Amino acid sequence: MEFKHLMLAACTAALCGGAALAENVKVGMITTLSGGGAGLGIDTRDGFMLAVKQAGRDDLEVVIEDDQRKPDMAVQLADKMIQQEKVDVLTGIVWSNLAMAVVPAAVAQGKFYLSTNAAPSALAGRGCNPLYFSVSYQNDNLHEAAGAYMRDAGYKAPFILAPNYPAGKDSLTGFKRFFEGTPKDEIYTKLGQTDYSAELAQIRASGADSVFFFLPGGMGISFLKQYQASGLDLPLVGPAFSFDQGILQAVGDAALGVKNTSQWSKDIDNAANKAFVDGFQAEYGRLPSLYAAQGYDTANLLISAMDKADVSDKAAFQAALEAADFPSVRGKFSFGANHHPVQDIYVREVVQEGDVLTNKIVGFAIKDRADAYVGECKM
Amino acid sequence: MSAALFIEQVFNGLQFGVMLFLMSAGLTLIFGVMGLINLAHGALYMVGAFAAAAVSAATGSFLLALMGALAASAVAGVLVEVIVIRRLYARDHLDQVLATFALILIFSEGTRWVFGSFPLYLDVPAALAGPVMLPFGIAYPAYRLAIIGIGLVVAAALFFLIAGTRVGMRIRAGESDREMIGALGVNISALYTGVFALGAALAGFAGALVGAIQSVQVGMGEPVLILAFVTIVIGGIGSIRGAFVGALLVGLTDTLGRVLLPILFSAVMEPSAAATVGGALASMAIYILMALVLLFKPTGLYGGAA
Repeated sequence: MEFKHLMLAACTAALCGGAALAENVKVGMITTLSGGGAGLGIDTRDGFMLAVKQAGRDDLEVVIEDDQRKPDMAVQLADKMIQQEKVDVLTGIVWSNLAMAVVPAAVAQGKFYLSTNAAPSALAGRGCNPLYFSVSYQNDNLHEAAGAYMRDAGYKAPFILAPNYPAGKDSLTGFKRFFEGTPKDEIYTKLGQTDYSAELAQIRASGADSVFFFLPGGMGISFLKQYQASGLDLPLVGPAFSFDQGILQAVGDAALGVKNTSQWSKDIDNAANKAFVDGFQAEYGRLPSLYAAQGYDTANLLISAMDKADVSDKAAFQAALEAADFPSVRGKFSFGANHHPVQDIYVREVVQEGDVLTNKIVGFAIKDRADAYVGECKM
Repeated sequence: MSAALFIEQVFNGLQFGVMLFLMSAGLTLIFGVMGLINLAHGALYMVGAFAAAAVSAATGSFLLALMGALAASAVAGVLVEVIVIRRLYARDHLDQVLATFALILIFSEGTRWVFGSFPLYLDVPAALAGPVMLPFGIAYPAYRLAIIGIGLVVAAALFFLIAGTRVGMRIRAGESDREMIGALGVNISALYTGVFALGAALAGFAGALVGAIQSVQVGMGEPVLILAFVTIVIGGIGSIRGAFVGALLVGLTDTLGRVLLPILFSAVMEPSAAATVGGALASMAIYILMALVLLFKPTGLYGGAA
């Protein structure tokens, strides 16, 4: 009995050793490819795979699975990828609640996790981990940037609203951290709410001079269309999520002229971004989104680390990732002590190019922003 | 809170209620007449919205888009009834729930397959864009006012259809004794298909109307489906009048709860805590309403004896 176990262990070890000798890296991508939020996961995947294809690496294998935006599904897939597929690196999760279900367990089992989007505060502060990297941002960043922009633009009394769930509360907290003044009023809406008539009437009656809103996905589309129909004409500001390439066409003219904050835009002028935007359009026949850009950067970060270290040597591979020695589509990019980006965040405006709605940069919101939690992180 | 703001919120509640009525009328008819729990009703709502967005993109006409939505959802309803639902009438509710839940998945992924994963664009017609001025200085979106009007007209037409026509008589007869009406020579299977198509068309119509002010995306039907079930349980299953009263009650409770509860709590708490507590309680308000109604009238407001 003992002997059999030993044999089994030896075999497994030999197998692992064999894989490491070939220096192959196996990536497990868990993302949302079906249901309501599928557009985000599909863009993440397409951005990631474009970078893999452009690099032409045959020592990088990617396994892709659909989490259906369900935390239990994501946990199952992560277990399967770690135990059966024996992946070295996990990535791809879009939603923070799914990330919280998967990431702590995955890094505890010694797997690297590179986040293409979700970066909840719980993983940036006390819950940070040497094997966990967020390539996108820390969740609060774009909201902080919106607060900074509105403060600098001289708005005194914004009406602020977000859905009543953890990311919504982080959003308004992040906004107020940089806005510094007191908002005219703040409300939390129901998550998944599609009718904002009651809130719009409140905004109209409040006497606010501007509106900040964080309503990702379909909620933002509904809000913007109803905002336009209501006849309100206060300036609107929000994080990039409601103005992303995937949903702008569905919002239509209601989005024109709205300012939004983002760490990426398709008109950032550098060679990597140009190669990405042109390559993405040629490959998939549509303009890339923020999520595609984050997927693309994540793949390039991984490839840059593969050139420097062997993934089986955890410390060396971690150091190689920390160096972030890759051409980011955002231009300047580095990691802070808690493995979250230090980067510039831009203000963009929604414009029409031909018959397509898209964003163009109009200025900086914050430069070299890390995050509010880096001090709490002890690695 | 000013009187004008309160009146505006009542309008918002009415508009929401009228939309819910279009959804729940079909649901309650189908349950009342055929004894079928149809979870796929939300999928038909989505079919209507997508059909409207597609027709509107192709022709640029909102009126044609509405026609397209009615036609597409009615056809989808007939197909679903003939291919799947017909086999379920004699089965128990669990089988019906399983089969219609499968239909939700098939419709969702099918729609995504045809239209892609990104939300579609559907806008209100130019004539109804922007607000209209009402007395007391209320600026109210013209399109929402139109929805209230259309909803009331549809409700009146439905009442007439059920109470004043031969088809309506058969539907009511089918509700109370389906074997007897079959024995009297009424083609019961054609009647069922017709009722199902009518319910589907109403759902699709609601989807198209709402799609213009919300987002047209896969999965848009499920949240509405839950509210529609709450509505028909409050109103009494099988009763059109119950669906109407229930829908208005749910619409007004939800809208006014969202506005008034945080204000109420801010009298005794600090603003951010009041917003949180009030908001949380507001999202429960309609379920509390349902529990209260069921406590005093276990079969719903207009439900018959169980």
